[in-house]
Amino acid sequence: MTTTTLTAPPAAERTRDRGPDAARHRRKRILNWIAVHSVALALALFFILPFVFVFLTSVMSDGQALSGDLWPTSWHWSNYSTVFHTPGFLTWWRNSLVYAVLGTVFTVCSSVPVAYALAKFRFRGRRTAMILVISTMMLPPQVIIIPMYLVWAQQFHLSGSLWPLIIPMAFGDAYSIFLLRQFLLTIPQEYIESAKVDGCGELRTLLKIVVPMAKPGIAAVALFQFFYCWNDYFGPQIYAAQNPGAWTLSYGLESFKSAHSVNWNLTMAATLLVMAPVIIVFFFAQKAFVEGVTLTGVKG
Amino acid sequence: MALSLTTSAKAARSGAAGAPRNTPLRRKQNRDRMRVLGFLSPWLIGFSVFFAYPLIATVYFSFMHYNQIKAPDFVGLRNWKYVFQQMPLFGPALWNTMWLVVVMVALRVAFGLGIGLLVTKIKTGVGLFRTAFYIPYLAPPVAATVAFVFLLNPSTGPVNEMLGWIGLHGPNWFNDPSWSKPSLVLLSVWGIGDLMVIFMASLLDVPKEQYEAADLDGAGAWSKFRYVTWPHDHPDRTVRRGHRGRTDDAVLHAGPGRRKARVGCLHRARHGDPARLSRPLDPDRPAARLLAGLPELQHRRGMCALARALRHRHGRHPAADAQERRPHPGGGLR
Repeated sequence: MTTTTLTAPPAAERTRDRGPDAARHRRKRILNWIAVHSVALALALFFILPFVFVFLTSVMSDGQALSGDLWPTSWHWSNYSTVFHTPGFLTWWRNSLVYAVLGTVFTVCSSVPVAYALAKFRFRGRRTAMILVISTMMLPPQVIIIPMYLVWAQQFHLSGSLWPLIIPMAFGDAYSIFLLRQFLLTIPQEYIESAKVDGCGELRTLLKIVVPMAKPGIAAVALFQFFYCWNDYFGPQIYAAQNPGAWTLSYGLESFKSAHSVNWNLTMAATLLVMAPVIIVFFFAQKAFVEGVTLTGVKG
Repeated sequence: MALSLTTSAKAARSGAAGAPRNTPLRRKQNRDRMRVLGFLSPWLIGFSVFFAYPLIATVYFSFMHYNQIKAPDFVGLRNWKYVFQQMPLFGPALWNTMWLVVVMVALRVAFGLGIGLLVTKIKTGVGLFRTAFYIPYLAPPVAATVAFVFLLNPSTGPVNEMLGWIGLHGPNWFNDPSWSKPSLVLLSVWGIGDLMVIFMASLLDVPKEQYEAADLDGAGAWSKFRYVTWPHDHPDRTVRRGHRGRTDDAVLHAGPGRRKARVGCLHRARHGDPARLSRPLDPDRPAARLLAGLPELQHRRGMCALARALRHRHGRHPAADAQERRPHPGGGLR
């Protein structure tokens, strides 16, 4: 049943009779280990090397960055401060952060009740609502962007800011609703019923019983949404392009690259600075993200 | 008072059939309805304002001549005809999109499965390897693309530099129309982490007993993969196939070349910075946009599989399971 009971018999065998059979088995296992790990190591190298090259280039001098050298002759850490002092860079950083944080908070707050209703309430049209949520998820934003843009620009005069991207998130995000709903389905109805027996109102049941139980699901949704906002390029390009003060890092990086097309070292430093927050967030939230959520079973 | 939702709904229905108005049951039914509406309200507003309206407007405008100054003017199928017959970029864009969807998805699934399998076989340092394979996926698409434009740049890029060491003359990658799509594929295969995680979740679902049984029957590694892993993994694969990854924005950055114009970025091109406005695309022709969506319909589907894995990992309570499976009393679409 469990891994221990499964792996136990061969181990016992090995210790009991150390015949030639056991030795061959052992040798085969070692060879297998070497084969798997060397292939994995080689592949992992390919996945990591781009980061290494980007980093090495980011600390080169202007001249060396334009050569084919792979290793910096002298380390110019000042490239990073140059990037930071580029006009606009800190603004972009702040905008990205505002977009990602507000977007995440809004999405979670608005999607949890909807997901709860879809998962736990019984009402006419429940299935239809679910189908509509899923179809919203399938449609790419490109299809509806022009009418949306006209509304935001002409009715609300909000083009040139990130609000047209943030405000809709206060009204539920289909994908988050879907993920949360799937997660909430796993919470046994009995908990909710007993909360009601104890006199909890619907809202209190949600906040005191369901939300604490759904923490892993909420954490995953929040992270996905944070990454989505941080990485979003299409949205800021549509709504914020005309106002550099509203650019996000993703969008600003593009203009940075065009402005410093001969300074690969600076461009690479900026690139790393755009990547860094996401990767740092990942390392802090890894437990919730990969370990706790999707790969709990890896360790068997 | 302490009725569960199910029973209250049942009671409410019987009340609706027989009981006179304004009974407590009737009031309870109304209260239930308001409660559902209240919880759903964020999405109801969001759906109608940010989805249904613009979608209908897009279809509406696709039959109109509209320049944002004068009132829309009905022109029948003219916009659609323009897209299919005259727009010079439409054909190449469609072809490029199809090419990328077919090649990229196939390679991403193949590599995702391969690396997922490999990682499940690793015994030492699983966490380290998993992180190494996963991290590129996290790199923001724009940053990843800029990084690849540098790595693959023909004059000083490290990739061509290293190809030079072994005597190969590297291609021009993003600067060469015939190599730009393979370069994008390379970029998307680099960000394989999401598929790897999904495949791993599903591979680890395969009951160990089945491998043991295969061992006893003398199955080799390939047979085990073919007859145990593969069939088990199958239901998810169709779902995952749609998950395309990061190409969207990458296309825009990666440089010039008409071959790279994808349908998805056509209208983006027109809506973005003013320099791109000069492209031969008419602002009042949203028909192109309607088509733009087609290949992306499946974009986020991989997450269904993830949701499944997520639910599975957290152990479904049998009661919850039964409740979901139980046909609803009264039947029909409720």
